[in-house]
Amino acid sequence: MSEEVKELVVKKSEPLFSKRRKRLVSDPLNDDNPVTVQVLGICSALAVTVKMEPTFIMSIAVVFVIVFANLIISLIRNLVPSRVRIIVQLGVIATLVTLVSEVLKAYNYEMYKVLGAFVGLIITNCIVMGRLEAFAMGNKPYDSVLDGLGSGFGYAWIILAVAFFRELWGSGSVFDFKVFEAIGINNFATNGLMVDSIGAFMILGILIWVQRSKTGYVEH
Amino acid sequence: MELVNIAIKSIFIDNMIFAYFLGMCSFLAVSKKVTTAFGLGAAVVFVLMITAPVNWLIQENILREGALAWISPSLAEVNLEFLQFIMFIAVIAGMVQLVEMIIEKFSPSLYGSLGIFLPLIAVNCSILGASLFMVQKDYGLAESTVYGFGSGIGWMLAIVALAAIREKLKYSNVPDGLKGLGITMLITGLMGIAFKSFIGIAL
Repeated sequence: MSEEVKELVVKKSEPLFSKRRKRLVSDPLNDDNPVTVQVLGICSALAVTVKMEPTFIMSIAVVFVIVFANLIISLIRNLVPSRVRIIVQLGVIATLVTLVSEVLKAYNYEMYKVLGAFVGLIITNCIVMGRLEAFAMGNKPYDSVLDGLGSGFGYAWIILAVAFFRELWGSGSVFDFKVFEAIGINNFATNGLMVDSIGAFMILGILIWVQRSKTGYVEH
Repeated sequence: MELVNIAIKSIFIDNMIFAYFLGMCSFLAVSKKVTTAFGLGAAVVFVLMITAPVNWLIQENILREGALAWISPSLAEVNLEFLQFIMFIAVIAGMVQLVEMIIEKFSPSLYGSLGIFLPLIAVNCSILGASLFMVQKDYGLAESTVYGFGSGIGWMLAIVALAAIREKLKYSNVPDGLKGLGITMLITGLMGIAFKSFIGIAL
């Protein structure tokens, strides 16, 4: 009994932004990136990265879903029997994604049509599922929210980087702003390979190479 | 003939991996050995072939606007399409559970080697993706079944081919940072270029 009380006191004394909690957010951005290091969430990521704008919307949607799914699962983690946890997790994620999809349909119908089925495919984004399974099932709500934020932004900056290069070389623009015409190059030849799926594979491959050379992570 | 066309299109041209990037997680993670890749590919084909028609029936008879009219005419105004994601993923999760039990019963060695990735078929984007695309493309029941089968075969083809390349790749000297995921992405890109040559094939 006395031990339990002691533990409670120790937990309470942990500052709101302790070193450990900061690491929860900062680690997935670089050293433990969900896309380039853990190889998760590539499915729905690459398809939308032809242009910056849909990619931006997609990252917001994913961050929203991952943070709230982490929060909800963490709140009910002690009530869920482990045999049915996958179904429960999928139910929570699917509900949140439906919410995102309906909001998008109501307020930005153009984008809804561009993204099409890929909003629905956030449900099967392995990052969301992976974080629920690996973190939210065993940690407190506040920590889980921070973890969700970290993983969400880790995913967001990678796909935004891929989209930046694909739009720049594939369409000669950034956020539909014609960069090359603005600086006086009118006959910039766009690269069709970049608009195609192949460009996404190549750019992500090279991005992973650069990032891993920097962090020194080697896969065996 | 229409059905053959859909099959060819979904296997080669609209390949789940190379055109839509669907099912990439398990595509990258389970493609180290040909036998394992083949097992997972077969499981995906099986699950896709069942879930596509089942989801089609649900979409047409329950979810679509006015689809509930067969129960009573007063329900003709009801539109349950916002429940689509939840219904589809529930069907898929149930089917995956079934396949898992079947494989565990009949082939314990395959079950052992597939390990954690079997439950992950439930979150394999290609399966949910096929159901969503099937709705988007307005296919009928037979067309949906063929589309599901073709998408599965295309996915299996891609993962088995990649696994074969990666088995040979063990003997080559790859730069440290590019080992594993990096070089696999580049290979997938090159394979995608090869698959581009199928564009325009139609019977």
